[in-house]
Amino acid sequence: MARNVSTQRKLVTTAIAWTIGILIFFPILWTFLTSFKTEAQAIASPPAFLFFDWTTENYFEVQSRSDYFKHFMNSVVVSFGSTLLGLLIAIPSAWAMAFAPTKRTKDVLMWMLSTKMMPPVGVLVPMYLIFRNTGLLDTRSGLVMVLTLINLPIIIWMLYTYFKEIPGEILEAARMDGASLAKEIIYVLTPMAIPGIASTLLLNIILAWNEAFWTLNLSAAKAAPLTAFIASYSSPEGLFYAKLSAASTMAIAPILILGWFSQKQLVRGLTFGAVK
Amino acid sequence: MATLHTRSAARLMIAPSVLLLLAWMIVPLALTIYFSLLRYNLLMPGMEEFAGLTNYTYFLTDPAFFQAVFNTLAIVLGVLFITVVGGIGLALLLDQPMFGQGIVRILVIAPFLIMPTVAALVWKNMFMNPVNGLFAWLAKLVGLQPFDFLANAPLFSIILIVAWQWLPFATLILLTALQSLDEEQKEAAQMDGAGAWSRFIYLVLPHLSRAITVVILIQTIFLLSVFAEILVTTNGGPGTQSTNLTFLVYAQALLQFDVGGASAGGIIAVILANIVAFFLMRMIGKTLEA
Repeated sequence: MARNVSTQRKLVTTAIAWTIGILIFFPILWTFLTSFKTEAQAIASPPAFLFFDWTTENYFEVQSRSDYFKHFMNSVVVSFGSTLLGLLIAIPSAWAMAFAPTKRTKDVLMWMLSTKMMPPVGVLVPMYLIFRNTGLLDTRSGLVMVLTLINLPIIIWMLYTYFKEIPGEILEAARMDGASLAKEIIYVLTPMAIPGIASTLLLNIILAWNEAFWTLNLSAAKAAPLTAFIASYSSPEGLFYAKLSAASTMAIAPILILGWFSQKQLVRGLTFGAVK
Repeated sequence: MATLHTRSAARLMIAPSVLLLLAWMIVPLALTIYFSLLRYNLLMPGMEEFAGLTNYTYFLTDPAFFQAVFNTLAIVLGVLFITVVGGIGLALLLDQPMFGQGIVRILVIAPFLIMPTVAALVWKNMFMNPVNGLFAWLAKLVGLQPFDFLANAPLFSIILIVAWQWLPFATLILLTALQSLDEEQKEAAQMDGAGAWSRFIYLVLPHLSRAITVVILIQTIFLLSVFAEILVTTNGGPGTQSTNLTFLVYAQALLQFDVGGASAGGIIAVILANIVAFFLMRMIGKTLEA
């Protein structure tokens, strides 16, 4: 028996759900709209919702005033760099733990997860001093290193849960057919592992792009990614809502789109495979 | 022989991650402990000396410390309450048949993808600002005095902002769990005459318990260390009204350059986080084993 739902009830649910959905999304929508206003319109009362003179001036202003593109590239380099480096280190480990598990594999995994429970302030002081003394402060490579380390447990866990799902029988079948280890890896395992690796990549780029403890504390004018760049708008210097909105829109748009495409993987990755 | 081979190969493949994480766990933490026993200020280089537990007694007798512990817990519990209750409600709603479900889902998860500094600044300026914010305009519209959120209720405002960011996470996970609930079970309960409320209490809620536990565990890890939202909105103030432990240690280290004091604070934060983690892991262990 399929659930019989009256059209009327469906319409009511739709109305409620859309209202709540739009309310939750509203701050983002409002930021987007404000980015096309002039500064005067941005703080006008009553506020203009759609009927104002749309202008793209803020976007150019943000770029010319503060070299937005540089910070955007910092974000790209830091998030992609740390994710790729993390994958490079994590893939062999997750692979080994998934396909050649020992008695201790579970403990190792739990221990890795437990490193995420250490609050970052516990190591803020030494990290800051180490970075200062080695010239890593305010460099992209320094940020890449730290973000690789903090996301490594998540990357390993995600990959592990994906690799775990590749059935072992397939390997046996390939072996029976006389495939060598190299062929096994290239023709059998890799194609099955790629979707998992891709989701891990996506989620970790999102996490690294939005990371806002280490990026704020370990970077300044030169290497600041967008998280830190946007934070510089917190000191009020006259009217700046429209420019803040333009800078924000550009900072969140790429990740919003990436995230929407990877909703399913988001759940799985963020719960370390506990909820699928 | 082959297995021996595989095993050592496996060890070799795991080694880099384990060594890196081990170093990441031990080296900075050991340094923090070492610094916490020194009188060490960056403004007075070369004056470092052993100070015993002075930094700890200083920190533990500072009224700001207790305020910070309270604020930390308030943020964690406040946000957890809003997101878990709201998340269950939203998940139940989104699980109903409707038009355009996919789009509503996209709208609802969006805040989670927004970087913390953007989320906090947008709320601070465009909504909570007592002069130009939308809330002020709404208040005036219905004839009320605009309320200065961040000056008069800083902690509450921060909880609100952080809850907005994490509500999608809870919703998404609970919705995923809800969709794996057997449709036939619900129908059987309905046939047996169970009302909507008892179906929720005896069927849906137990089914969600694992997902709720996961939500609590993961959010707690992140919520104990809320930082950017405080930095760009209130800077911990007014006074220390919205300073949490993370922010207190940050201020001690990078604003007052007190390496010793900040390190002691950092160690205390680690200990507190471990206490929370211990209870959490025990609780989670029970649900996840099942």
